[in-house]
Amino acid sequence: MEVSARVSAVKQWLDERLGLEPVREFLAHKTVPKHSSTIWYYFGGITLFLFGVQVATGMLLLLYYRPTSTEAYESVQFIVAEVQFGWLIRSIHSWSANLMMLTAFIHMFSVVFLHAYRRPREVTWLSGIALLGLTMAFGFSGYLLPWNTTSFFATRIGTDVAASMPFIGEALARFLRGGDDIGGATLTRFFGFHVAILPGITTALILVHLALVQRHGISTPLRVERQHRGAGAQVAQLPFVPNFLVRELMAWYGTLGVLGCLAALFPWELGDKADPFAPAPAGIRPEWYFLAPFYTLKLIPSHVWGIEGQVLGLLGFGLLAAWWVTLPFWAAARDGALRVRLVTGAGVALIAYLATFSFLGYTR
Amino acid sequence: MKTIMVASWLAMLMSICLAAKDSCVTCHQGLEGVQSDPVRKFTNDIHHRHGFSCADCHGGDPQRDDADAAMSPARGFRGKIPRTAVPQLCARCHSDASLMHKYNPRQRVDQLAQYLTSNHGKRLAAGDTAVANCVDCHGVHDIRTTKDPLSPVHPLRLPETCARCHSDTARMEKYKISPTVLADYQTSVHWRALADRGDLSAPSCASCHGNHGAAPPHVGEVAAVCGTCHVMMEDLYRGSPHKPIFDGMGVAGCVACHENHAVIHPTPELLNSESGICANCHDAESAGGQTAAGMAELIGELSSQIDRSKAILDRARRSGMEVSPALLRQTEAQEQLVKARVAVHAFRVDAVGAPVQEGLAITRETYTAGLSALEELDRRRTGLLFSLAAISLTILGLWLWIRNFERNERSLNAPGASSGSGDSLGG
Repeated sequence: MEVSARVSAVKQWLDERLGLEPVREFLAHKTVPKHSSTIWYYFGGITLFLFGVQVATGMLLLLYYRPTSTEAYESVQFIVAEVQFGWLIRSIHSWSANLMMLTAFIHMFSVVFLHAYRRPREVTWLSGIALLGLTMAFGFSGYLLPWNTTSFFATRIGTDVAASMPFIGEALARFLRGGDDIGGATLTRFFGFHVAILPGITTALILVHLALVQRHGISTPLRVERQHRGAGAQVAQLPFVPNFLVRELMAWYGTLGVLGCLAALFPWELGDKADPFAPAPAGIRPEWYFLAPFYTLKLIPSHVWGIEGQVLGLLGFGLLAAWWVTLPFWAAARDGALRVRLVTGAGVALIAYLATFSFLGYTR
Repeated sequence: MKTIMVASWLAMLMSICLAAKDSCVTCHQGLEGVQSDPVRKFTNDIHHRHGFSCADCHGGDPQRDDADAAMSPARGFRGKIPRTAVPQLCARCHSDASLMHKYNPRQRVDQLAQYLTSNHGKRLAAGDTAVANCVDCHGVHDIRTTKDPLSPVHPLRLPETCARCHSDTARMEKYKISPTVLADYQTSVHWRALADRGDLSAPSCASCHGNHGAAPPHVGEVAAVCGTCHVMMEDLYRGSPHKPIFDGMGVAGCVACHENHAVIHPTPELLNSESGICANCHDAESAGGQTAAGMAELIGELSSQIDRSKAILDRARRSGMEVSPALLRQTEAQEQLVKARVAVHAFRVDAVGAPVQEGLAITRETYTAGLSALEELDRRRTGLLFSLAAISLTILGLWLWIRNFERNERSLNAPGASSGSGDSLGG
């Protein structure tokens, strides 16, 4: 029997048992809009790929990591120094977490500037924003796990900020810390969030997000849609399989190459073991994606109009977050027209704020 | 009943008013200059905080409004205390253990006894009023605890307080004491530890000379004085060949090599048989000179080996390699270096050699660890190159495949055909 005949036989065997024909049909007809901004579509896939890398390397780290305050640091040290390729796995895990945050932000802003959030994709936007929040929660919880000086004090600052939230602050901080201060209970708790609760919720939400993308199809940018509507033409389409998929695979391989370079040339430092009784080292700061709010809170005076500065700052961030999350709803005017300039301006302003304050937070 | 209550209240009020009355303060705070200074200063004084008044030292009756009556010798008024009487006056309370226990149970009560053994005390007893007594060091009317940074006897201020007299050339000439002691001390490692590092346990004047019993240590006592902190050095020195020789020469042991006030940071250079301190007595070819050279060579070798392995470990750490166990081990080599430097005080090459050999063995381990880390780094980079080549080839293969696929697809679609899905990026 020839090879093609054998393949056909296997396909038929699988079809009879799994009913794959409808899936094949769906993929054969699935297309992606083709235009000058198609490149931005790849960032969602790259983020998904990096999530996969996180899961795979995270599972390998779990083989040796011990989530107690007396053993966590030593177990990471063992992984990095003694376990074969342990340094590579740990470094890739750390770097891919940061790259994932970066590509998630790029994906979000590409959605904003291509106006892909518009009707009927409001829920897709909301699920995406929730995924960004979960990614940040992954970063915050995972940062503490090596139990080194920087992560210990950065987590203390982070939970102190949470404690200053009005009404629920104290309870929230206590829930996060598992006590009055950062300690062994916090580490165990953060480990639980990081390896069980967050991955579970994130996986479910990714499935919802992908299902919604399939349900509504990939959005064509407003500009492209208007140009083609004016010319009475259809927007060109790129078959998903294999044309788009192969290009996405190339992007994933490229990302893997970047990850390999970062891990091998700039291995993620372990630092010194956390000492809860030592004073906080000078210049302690959180991860780069929390720098902008961190620096903003530092700039706010201790009291403004009789209100505690930190509380006012958190209220401000709450309002900003609510405003950003509801973007698809205020972006559309009453007559259904999209407030393109307002949304683009808001996106540019947010990028400018995040970039400037992150830079200042890092350098000062 | 009501009358008794009112009378009791009035009696209590009168007693409070009488107790609070102090005509010394009332009158002197209205005067000017030096007459009112004591009142102004006394509010910061530890004695004021504990409820003592002017009359407790100066006598008199502060309950009297009339100045003559208040300052009447008949009422015990002593006026300005003569300098010769100050120690005994202070000692009325400070030598009274049961009284001092009320205010500070840990306070010593032998200050006067010690002072009387000091050069200051002896000279004062002989009628020399130019020497220091209690108030010259502790101040008068604004006396603070020694822990108060504003106190003139706080560790950080003590050297300058002593120097108020001891840097006064004219005053010191009479006693044949060098007025450069403060300047010398401020070049020392002790002063740097105290002033730069803020280490209040670092030695200052009183640590070596005593405070109330201040006196220069005699030649034979110097090692004991230095040995209160430098215990190991003292032990080794006492068993060394230098001890009987220095004693015979009347030379103070530690001071002979390290100076007294200007104790500089000791380096291996001190042992240099040509230019070091040993060369003052020993020729380079002599047994002593060769011992010094041998010790210097051993210490220098360990020091350079530590520097070498530290450099390679730092390089590995900066490159992101995990070398913390080796860095921790490296501190043990540093400890051996400290031991070797201490062992110099035995003035024997073998005494220095033992810790040096241990230290060298550790540096060999740590250097090898650093070298292995850098070799591992090279292997990682080589591995990265191969991985990048494989990734690049895969990307190239995918690109060629999709390009070929799309070219075939285009050729299958005849010009003018209305296939919606046949449009591609390669078109």
